[in-house]
Amino acid sequence: MKKDWDILVVDDEQVVIDAVVKICSSENYTVDSAIDAKAALQKFAKNNYKIIICDIMMPGIDGFGFLDELRKRKISSPVIMTTGYSTVENAVKSLYTGAIDFIPKPFTADELINSVLRGMKYLEIQNSLRTYKKYGSEIIYVPCPSKYFRLGYSSWVVEENLGSVLIGATDLFIKTIQNISDIELNQIDDEVVQGNFCAFIKDKDERMHPLLSPVSGRIIEVNEELKKNKSLIEKDPYFEGWFYRLIPSDSEYELKNLTNCSSDRL
Amino acid sequence: MTRKLKMFKKIGFKLILVVGVTAVIIIGIFSFYNIQSHSDALLSEVERHANQLSETVKHSTRYDMLLNQRDRVHTIINTIGEQPGIQNVRVLNKIGEIIYSSHEEDIGKMVDKKAESCYACHTANEPLERLPVQDRTRIFKLSSDSARVLGIITPIYNEQSCWEADCHAHEKEQTVLGVLDVTISLSDVDEQINQGEIDTLVFALSAVAVFSLLLWFVVKKWVDRPIKELLNATHEVGTGNLNYIIKEKSDDEFGILSKSFNNMTQKLSEARIQLFQSDKMASLGRLAAGVAHEINNPLTGVLTYSSFLLKKTQNNPELNEDLKVIVRETKRSREIVKSLLDFARQSVPKKNQVNINEIIDRAITIVENQLTINHVELKKNFANDLPQSTLDSNQMQQVFINLLVNASDAIGEKGGRVNISTDLIKLSPYGITHIKKATCPKRHDLMDNEVKIDGMPSIKLKVSYNGHSGLINLDPVYGRNHHKIPASLEKLDINSKELKVVCPQCEISLIDSTKKCPDCNSPVYSIEVPSQGNVEGCLSKNCDWQKWDAVDVGGQKEYLEIKISDTGCGIPRENLSKIFEPFYSTKGQKGTGLGLSVIWGIIDNHNGTITVNSEVNKGTTFTIHLPAGKN
Repeated sequence: MKKDWDILVVDDEQVVIDAVVKICSSENYTVDSAIDAKAALQKFAKNNYKIIICDIMMPGIDGFGFLDELRKRKISSPVIMTTGYSTVENAVKSLYTGAIDFIPKPFTADELINSVLRGMKYLEIQNSLRTYKKYGSEIIYVPCPSKYFRLGYSSWVVEENLGSVLIGATDLFIKTIQNISDIELNQIDDEVVQGNFCAFIKDKDERMHPLLSPVSGRIIEVNEELKKNKSLIEKDPYFEGWFYRLIPSDSEYELKNLTNCSSDRL
Repeated sequence: MTRKLKMFKKIGFKLILVVGVTAVIIIGIFSFYNIQSHSDALLSEVERHANQLSETVKHSTRYDMLLNQRDRVHTIINTIGEQPGIQNVRVLNKIGEIIYSSHEEDIGKMVDKKAESCYACHTANEPLERLPVQDRTRIFKLSSDSARVLGIITPIYNEQSCWEADCHAHEKEQTVLGVLDVTISLSDVDEQINQGEIDTLVFALSAVAVFSLLLWFVVKKWVDRPIKELLNATHEVGTGNLNYIIKEKSDDEFGILSKSFNNMTQKLSEARIQLFQSDKMASLGRLAAGVAHEINNPLTGVLTYSSFLLKKTQNNPELNEDLKVIVRETKRSREIVKSLLDFARQSVPKKNQVNINEIIDRAITIVENQLTINHVELKKNFANDLPQSTLDSNQMQQVFINLLVNASDAIGEKGGRVNISTDLIKLSPYGITHIKKATCPKRHDLMDNEVKIDGMPSIKLKVSYNGHSGLINLDPVYGRNHHKIPASLEKLDINSKELKVVCPQCEISLIDSTKKCPDCNSPVYSIEVPSQGNVEGCLSKNCDWQKWDAVDVGGQKEYLEIKISDTGCGIPRENLSKIFEPFYSTKGQKGTGLGLSVIWGIIDNHNGTITVNSEVNKGTTFTIHLPAGKN
């Protein structure tokens, strides 16, 4: 009989492992740890983990290699990536290769907990999706429309006719947050960078959930309707609930890092 | 690189040699013909004289001959023969017997037909009867060491009075009765000729010498020296000294060569700096990545634990406050590390509405300790009514920390004072506004990132004139006029119809033919600044007129003025222009040389300016202007 854990943390830095264990334990999660990818993979023989928090820069197999290994072994636990080498490229690549979230180091206790909470919710949704597929067809979340592109599962972008793009948050991302109380938006003329925070969504517990921008560019319009009516992102996340209108700086290059939503529906 | 050239391999020597040899040949030929004609003239004069003498002798003895008064003929011949210069006067009869002679011992001797006095007529089998005077003269030497002698023979022809004379000495059938032979010594003439030869030779030699000397001097001054200077310069540049500049510049081809050489080394030096910089940037990027990774792990420890503790100590206000500081400062460290990564990627500032005074205060709190240790007294003079302005507070804080630390370093350990003041001022856009983008009417980019003026990419225009063409680089600061004009274009005539100022890419003309400069009536260029209208300016090098309607319309704008002055060691004038360049450092191993260049970049990203004034041993003042209010 395998042992069930909530979280597995994989990092070559003991202080990071200790911190993650301490913080997550305080939220009553059970946390196991491994000092490298190899040790982590061995643990799956005896244990099950709901969520994996994994560093990218590790000796031996790195974070991306670890993701590959998990896929090969058909381990479907959602992975949250983290790294000290917190470049945009790493963030985007993590999400593109299947991680559900990316937390740049150094992070605060709240940033970690919020990410874990969203991960747990994500897992819950995925599980209920499996159950409902067996018994019925109630909509759990709305997948993003065709012709849209998404960064991981969190944000989407769609091209408009005039060379501008609209960006927003996916329904699945909103569903992992629940009970939204406020949204902190950037201003017109601000520059946003792909894989960097472009907005913060606050839930009723005052937790801040960062949204990673799907593309880089300059904001030319902020959705004023959304500012007035926060519930728009829950009601209509793909149309009325858009965040910004942008002039993208290099959409062609950046689109390669995004997933085409048309393939989601197959 | 360069080796010492042998004398005869030098271009100057070769030039002198060729010209010298030519001069020698020309003057030689000239002298030769000169001597020749001189001696010919002298000889023919002597010849004429001899001929005349012969005729005189012939005529003066004629009467005595007819009377057969031999004694009197002897006397006449002897008297004439005694004249100085006259070697001998003799009369030979038809069979070659000397019948009269000024040398009496010769009388009665026979002269052979082959003798020099006879061969002129007797070379042919049949003796000639008449000869022109040239053929009757001959020049010969009696012995090898005696002076030359000119002899002239005058035939004495038979005439009626001869055969009818009383003595009846001659037959009527005879044509030539004998010859009168006069020989004149040429020693005087030869001496004159010799003297003439010597004179001409001396003249020729001194002419060649003076000519060569003059040539040597000219070559030395106009060829040798500039070449030596150029050689020296190429050697210097070859060994890596790209700051070497050829100072002495003539206005000939060597001058142009020197100018383009200087231009080339300057370009090379700029290219090297760029290369060096991009190289350093690349390694800095790798370093930043490494540092970021290494620092972020321990920072994760600090931030996670402190933020965790912060949550746990909500009910302990005292501890909570301290922990807040730790969390805040760790977050700031996180931003710094991030900006280190962003620096390598040239990221954009994150601006929000802030009061500059608060940012400066925060910066002061951080460096206060260091200032106290260095006995630096800090005086603040803040304006109270500053508007909230759109700034990246973290980046700005970094600017002031850097400037304060620099000020403290400049003061050193001896102590001093730093004044920091803020004010709200109004400035005209002229001389401040930075043209960041410029295009031709066909929307080709005119910005030149390779040629920077005071650290900013310049605006390049192609100028062609009379077959010359080149690029000029305009100062991107409106109204400041620190343009870069290559030496080859400095002298162009701007009012010429030949002058073309075009886009370097599509060659479309940038001259606005409908307008003239209101100050000096010169032609006017016009370039487009996307979404901000056109910038016009005077093409004359001596005129500063520029006009940018779109910016002028806005009139004076409000700026935050921040002045930081210290009583430190100051910056020498020659270094002032370099201090904002990346990797310029006076701190040696202590600094990276990035500080001021990063500051410059941050201020520039905020559309502001930073300037410096300094006096050695008195102190330095940095003045920052930032757009005030929302923008």
